[in-house]
Amino acid sequence: MWQWFHKLGSPRWFYQISGKFLPWLAVACVVLIATGVVWGLAFAPQDARQGNSFRIIYIHVPASFLALAGYYVMAAAGAVGMIWKMKLADMVMVAAAPLGAALTFIALFTGAVWGKPTWGTYWIWDARITSMLVLLFLYIGIIALSRSFSTRETSARACAILALVGTVNIPIIYKSVDWWYTLHQPATIKLSGAPSMHPDMFKPLLVMILGFYCFYALVLLLNTRTEILLRERRTTWVKELAEGK
Amino acid sequence: MFQFENFDAFIAMGGHGPYVWGAYGISLAVMAWLALAPLRRQRALLVDLRTQLLRTQQQAQRRRGESQ
Amino acid sequence: MTTLSGAFFGVIHRDLSIAMRHRGDLLNPLFFFLIVVTLVPLGISPEPARLAAMAPGMIWISALLATLLALDNLFQADFADGSLVQMMLSPQPLWLLVLAKIIAHWLVSGLPVVLFAPLLGLMLSLPQAGFLPLLLGLVLGTAVFSLIGAVGAALTVALHKGSVLLSLVVMPLYVPVLIFGSSAVQRAVDGMSYGGVLAILAAVSAFTLLVAPFAAAGALKVGING
Repeated sequence: MWQWFHKLGSPRWFYQISGKFLPWLAVACVVLIATGVVWGLAFAPQDARQGNSFRIIYIHVPASFLALAGYYVMAAAGAVGMIWKMKLADMVMVAAAPLGAALTFIALFTGAVWGKPTWGTYWIWDARITSMLVLLFLYIGIIALSRSFSTRETSARACAILALVGTVNIPIIYKSVDWWYTLHQPATIKLSGAPSMHPDMFKPLLVMILGFYCFYALVLLLNTRTEILLRERRTTWVKELAEGK
Repeated sequence: MFQFENFDAFIAMGGHGPYVWGAYGISLAVMAWLALAPLRRQRALLVDLRTQLLRTQQQAQRRRGESQ
Repeated sequence: MTTLSGAFFGVIHRDLSIAMRHRGDLLNPLFFFLIVVTLVPLGISPEPARLAAMAPGMIWISALLATLLALDNLFQADFADGSLVQMMLSPQPLWLLVLAKIIAHWLVSGLPVVLFAPLLGLMLSLPQAGFLPLLLGLVLGTAVFSLIGAVGAALTVALHKGSVLLSLVVMPLYVPVLIFGSSAVQRAVDGMSYGGVLAILAAVSAFTLLVAPFAAAGALKVGING
């Protein structure tokens, strides 16, 4: 068990082994997302009230899902990196930040575009949207911090601490924003997600969520591999890799 | 089952076309960029390393030539 | 034990006397606070009813910005003259010394903002009922601002462009305090009970007090390598 753990901690081993199943992950990701997009756009029945704009849900929900999960992935990787001084975990942490920020952006953007035909406005200060915006700011803070250190090692440690502090805060932030929203009661607009989703609508959503999970894993791997190469550029194995190509 | 009567209706999306296609288009573009950016960076880095290695090798050769 | 408390109070005493020697620096955030609040009627409307409606939020937001402005001084000077590194090498636990520094910093930057707030409440025609929750909330809230801010200040201590970065890193974490703080005032103005909200705010501050010194100490160890 511990040997395995140490092996996993070795960036070189990870680079080689991840290279083997990367193509499979890419195929799964493309197939699932392509299926989900075609199914959701063309074959899922339209919503009785919202019409076709409802089809945006197939991007919006998976993206929002992974945007939040991504923050926890990042914080968990940061914690592992801090506790066990595992270099690889640091690299995963650094790789997760821009990915999470981009997914948060997608969730916010699709939400805004969906809002226009549905509630007649691009932006409302709804609890969920506002929490998402704060999440985006948390991600931006981490990315900004990671860019301002001169060494990659220090940068990862600093971001790990910030991510952990953020993780402790996220439940408080979400609760407070929820409470703030009930306080101000805009009431005219009700954001009910999907109380009774028809199975025909739900199946493509499931495919999309699976596809987004694959996508997240794929890009996280790709970013981590880039980070590995950047950090290990002075080692022999990376030099051999560069020559071999 | 295909939900639209013809292709034009599919593009129009019952009047919601710009929103739906815009949301899908931009999101998928961002995702494609997310996947391609690290690949491009990796390739650039490897090319960089290779030219560096070649240069040091050439320098070493030249030095050997001078010393002889 | 005596050495622990000695070190703790020693740091507080030292920081306070340094702050007293640079009184001008102490006033700057206060003037900033005052000017921001003055801009509100100029930018929106001098009409008392409209000002009163915005007062709780505006005072809280300006207080947040003012404490944010003062955060830079928390570790920066000590880092520059090397005393921070000495502090880290001392046998006393770092988190205790960091806590002492935070307390001293709050006394010279948070507390003046709190004491200044009623004046600004008058200027923004905050209704009478709002003053007490404003004061109580700001006492708790500025403490949280200093505590969380210390983590950010520690992370960015060695970076030269730290100031904007620090705000960027820390501000999202201030959201709950802002929400609870300003709504306590709002509830009081609306004639509702605000005890519960202040209790939540107190719970948040207690929790932050437990966690933040350790996080800031850890951050400092990383940050000085920046």
